[in-house]
Amino acid sequence: MSELNAHDITLAYENATIIQKMRLTIPTGKITALVGPNGCGKSTLLRGISRLLKPRAGSVVLDSDDIWRLPTKALAKRLGILPQGPVAPEGLTVHELVAQGRYPHQSWFQQWSPEDERITREALEITHIAEFADRAVDTLSGGQRQRAWIAMTLAQDSDLILLDEPTTFLDLAYQIEVLDLLQDLNLERGKTIVMVLHDLNQACRYADRVVAMRGGQIMAQGAPDQVVTEKMVHEVFEIGCRVIADPVTGKPLVVPESRRRHATPTTDVVRQNGHRPNTNHVEKVADAAR
Amino acid sequence: MTAQTQTVTPSSRILGSRSLLLPGLFVCLLLLIGCLLWSITLGAADIDSTVVYESLFHYDTTNFDHLIIQTVRLPRVLSGMIVGASLAVSGAIMQGLTRNPLADSGILGINSGAAFAVVLAVFLLGTPSLSTYAVFGFIGAAVAAVIVYTLGSMGRGGATPLKLTLAGVILSAFLSSFTTAILIGDQETLDKIRFWTAGSLAGREMPLLLQTAPYMIAGIVGALLISRQLTTISLGEDIAKGLGQSTGWVKGIAALLVVLLSGGAVALAGPIGFVGLVIPHVVRFIVGVDYRWILPYSAVLGAILITVADVGARVVIRPQELPVGVMMAFVGAPFFIWLARWKVKR
Amino acid sequence: MAAEKQLRPSWITIRPRGLNFSYKLDRRVPLVALGIIAFTLVVLVVSINYGQYNMSVGDVVQTLLGLNRDHPDYRNFTLVVHTFRLPRIVLAFLVGMALAVSGTIMQGITRNALADPYLLGVSSGAGLAAVALIVWLKDVPAYVLPWAAFAGALITAVAIYALAWKGEGSSPIRLILVGIALEAVLASVTTIMLLFGQINDVQQAYVWLTGSVYGRNWEHVYAIGGWLLVFLPAAILMARQLNTLGLGDATAKGLGLRIEWQRGLLLIISVALAAAAVAVAGTIGFVGLVAPHVTRRLVGPSHEGLVPISALFGGALLVLADLIGRWVIAPSELPIGIVTAMIGAPYFMYLLYRSRNR
Repeated sequence: MSELNAHDITLAYENATIIQKMRLTIPTGKITALVGPNGCGKSTLLRGISRLLKPRAGSVVLDSDDIWRLPTKALAKRLGILPQGPVAPEGLTVHELVAQGRYPHQSWFQQWSPEDERITREALEITHIAEFADRAVDTLSGGQRQRAWIAMTLAQDSDLILLDEPTTFLDLAYQIEVLDLLQDLNLERGKTIVMVLHDLNQACRYADRVVAMRGGQIMAQGAPDQVVTEKMVHEVFEIGCRVIADPVTGKPLVVPESRRRHATPTTDVVRQNGHRPNTNHVEKVADAAR
Repeated sequence: MTAQTQTVTPSSRILGSRSLLLPGLFVCLLLLIGCLLWSITLGAADIDSTVVYESLFHYDTTNFDHLIIQTVRLPRVLSGMIVGASLAVSGAIMQGLTRNPLADSGILGINSGAAFAVVLAVFLLGTPSLSTYAVFGFIGAAVAAVIVYTLGSMGRGGATPLKLTLAGVILSAFLSSFTTAILIGDQETLDKIRFWTAGSLAGREMPLLLQTAPYMIAGIVGALLISRQLTTISLGEDIAKGLGQSTGWVKGIAALLVVLLSGGAVALAGPIGFVGLVIPHVVRFIVGVDYRWILPYSAVLGAILITVADVGARVVIRPQELPVGVMMAFVGAPFFIWLARWKVKR
Repeated sequence: MAAEKQLRPSWITIRPRGLNFSYKLDRRVPLVALGIIAFTLVVLVVSINYGQYNMSVGDVVQTLLGLNRDHPDYRNFTLVVHTFRLPRIVLAFLVGMALAVSGTIMQGITRNALADPYLLGVSSGAGLAAVALIVWLKDVPAYVLPWAAFAGALITAVAIYALAWKGEGSSPIRLILVGIALEAVLASVTTIMLLFGQINDVQQAYVWLTGSVYGRNWEHVYAIGGWLLVFLPAAILMARQLNTLGLGDATAKGLGLRIEWQRGLLLIISVALAAAAVAVAGTIGFVGLVAPHVTRRLVGPSHEGLVPISALFGGALLVLADLIGRWVIAPSELPIGIVTAMIGAPYFMYLLYRSRNR
C-alpha cells in the first residue's frame, strides 16, 4: 500500500507559478507516466510530489501522511526518486553507488548492517549489473549506468519509485532495456512507478496510466487506450497525428503528421491488425479529411 | 581558489536598446572627465577648480598651484586613468578567452610574475626606483604570461579555459612563495617594496607615464580592433571555428594584448586587483555580450573606478594616503556584492 | 563453467561484536594507512635527528621511547627532542591533518576538486582576526588564538553565505562572487596593517600569512589537538553524508538527506578545522588541495576511507615539508607554507601535463 495523493498543490519557482491547485492520485502498484510538451510542468510536478520542491499551497499525502511532516529518512524508505541525468563522482564503483541507496536505513553509528549488504546485492542482481559491480560508474555505457542508478534507488527499498526522464540521452536499445527493467520491477516486485517520459509511444507501451499535461494543467489521464487519442495529442502537443495500434503490443501508437506531407487517409493498418481501440476515432478523422 | 563555472550571463542588460549604447558611452566619458577634474582638485592642499582649469589651459610656471597640478597631480590622475582602462580591458579579454568569469591578471599569474621580478631585482640589485620597478614589472608580467600560456596550451585542443586557469593559479602560487621567501629573509627589501606591492599611484610622474603609456594605448587600440573576433571566441572555441575563425591566431593576439595591457599597468602602478575582475562583469550587466561594446565601456568604467578609488585613497587618512589597490576593494566590493545578488538568479 | 562471479565488495566492514556500531571502508585503506604511518615515523625520526645539536638515530628513538634515562646526556636529549624539535613536528602533523580533512570536506560539498579549505574566506577571516589579536593584545595565550581565528572565519563564512542567500537558497555562483568581494575587503584591511606596521611586525605577519611552525610549543599542539579530537571523528562519521551529497542535491534529498542542515554541519566542521590550523600555524596553502587529490587516487572516492587517509597524508606531507624547510637553506629556514607551495605547484603542474590531452 502506498497511494500518493496531491491535494490542490501549487508549485512555483522564485517568481513563476508553474502549477496551480492541481489534484492528482497515483494508484498503487501501477506504472504511471507523465507526458506533455517541453515546459508543461511534468518534471515540476514530479519534483512537487517527491519533496524536491515545496508546494506553495496544498499538500502531498502518502497513504495518510503528509510527506512534508514525515521525517526525511522515513519518507525516503517509502518513496525513492531518481532525478534527471544524475552524475556520479569520478571513480565511484557501481557497488559503492548502489550501497548508497541504503542511506535512509542507516544511522550515525550503524553505517553498514548485514541487511544493507543483502539488499544491495539483491538490487545489483535484479538489475543485472552484478558483473559490473567493481567497475567505475563513469566507464559504463549509458544503459548500464542508468541501470546502476535504478539499482541504487531500488536498494532504498521503497514501494514507490519516481523517475524523471529515465530514458533521456539513451540510445534506443538502452531506452527499451531500462523501460523493460522498470516494467519487471512493477510486475514482479509490485513497485509503484511514476516516471516522466518524453516519448508518448513509450508511455503508451509501458504505462498503466498516462497523465498528459499542458501549461501546468492535466489535460487527460487514464489508461493509454482511453486517453491517447488524436484529439488529445492535438490538444496537448499541438500536432496532427494518427493513432494506430502498435503492431507489437496492440497499445496505441502515435504517428505524427509533418507539415509538408500529410499522409493520405487510410485505416488499413488498424484494420489489418484486427485490433481497434481507436478505430472509430481514426475513421472520424479520416472522414473529416475526405 | 578557482572554480570552473559557466560565464555569468545576465538575464537582461540594463541598456536594453542598442540605440542607447552610444549615448551611454558618452555619458560615461563625461562622467570620467568630471571625476578626473574633481580628483585634480583634491590633495594635501585642495585647489580650487577654476585654478585647475587655468593651470590646464593657461599654464603659468611661476604659480605654485599650477606647478603642483602639472607635475604631480595631472600625471597621477592620467596614470590612474590609463591603468584602470588597461586593467579593465585586459580583464574583459581574459574572461572572454578563458570563458572563466573569475579570470583576471591576479588569477592568470601576471601580477605575481611582476611582483616576483620586482622583488628579485630589488633584492639582487638593491636600486629601488619607480622606473626600475616598471622595467622589471613589465618583464615579469610578460614572462609569467608566456609561461602560463605555454603550459596552458600543452597537448590536444591548445589553450583550453581550464588548462589556462589552472596553469595561472599554479604559477601564481609558485612565484608568490618565492617572493615571500625573499621578503621574509630580507627585511630591507620588504621595507622598500611593501607599498609598491599593494598597488599605488603615489609619486607617478610624467616621464614614467610617458615610458609606459604607449604599451597600454597600443593594447587598448589592438583590443578594440579584434573586438568582433573576441565576441565570437567568447561563445566557445568550437563555435568560433565553425564560424570560420582561425582561433589559434585570435588567441595568440589576444594573449599578446593582455601582456601589453596588464604588463604596462603593473609596471606603472604595481599589482592592482579587482578592477579587471569587477568592471567586465559590471559592463556585461549594462551592455550584454558584444565585445565591441564591452571593451570601450570597460575602458571608461575602469578608468572611473580607479580615479574614484584613488581620490578615496588620498582623502581617507589625510595627510597620509592608502595605496589605491587597497581602496579599490572597499569601493568595488559592496557594489559587486549588490550586483551579484541582484542579477545572478541561479 | 557458467558459475556466477562471486560478488566481493570493494570494502571491508568494521562491525565490533556487542557494539551498536558498523562502518565500511575501502579495502585498500589499512595498507595505505600503514604505509603512510611508517613513512611518517621514518621522517619523524630523521627530522628530530636533524639540527644543530648532534644525536645518533638510536639516541633519538630511545629518547622518544624514554629508554635511555641513565644516559649521561639524557637531560640535553630530552630538552632537544621534547622541547625544541618534537612539538613543531607534531604540530605540523596535526595542522596537516586538519587542513587535509577540511579540504576533503570542502571538495565533497562543492563537488569541485579545486575547492580548498579557504574557499569560504576562512584564510582571510581567520587571518585578520588572529593578526589583529597579535598586534593589539600582545602575549595572547596560544589556546585563545584558535577561538579568535575560528570566530573570524565563521563570521566571514556566515557573512558570505548570508550575502549569497536569496529566496530559495544559495547558488554556487553567487557564493563564489560574494566570496571574492568579501575576501578582497578583508585582505585589504590586512594589507593596511602590513603597510603601516613596524617593519619587524610586518615581517612576522608575512611569515604568519605564509604559514610557519617555527618556535611553536606544546601549548599550540594542545590547542589544535583539542579541536581535532572533536571534529575529526565527526568528519569521519559524516563521511556517509559526504558521499550522498556527492550524488547531487536532488538525489541526496531523495535518499532522505536534509541537505541544507547536513551541508551546514559539514561546513562548520570544515571551517572549524581550517580555522584551528590557521590559528596555530598561519595560512599554509596547497595541503588542503593536494591531500584529497592524492588520496583519492590511493583509496577511491568514497569518503569513509578518504577522510581518515587524507588526514594521515596531509599530516605526513607537512612533517616532510617541515623537514625540507629546515634543511634546504640551513642554518636559516624556509617557512613551511613556502615549502608546501614549492611541492604542491609542481604536483599540479604534473597533473596538468598528464591530462593535457583530455
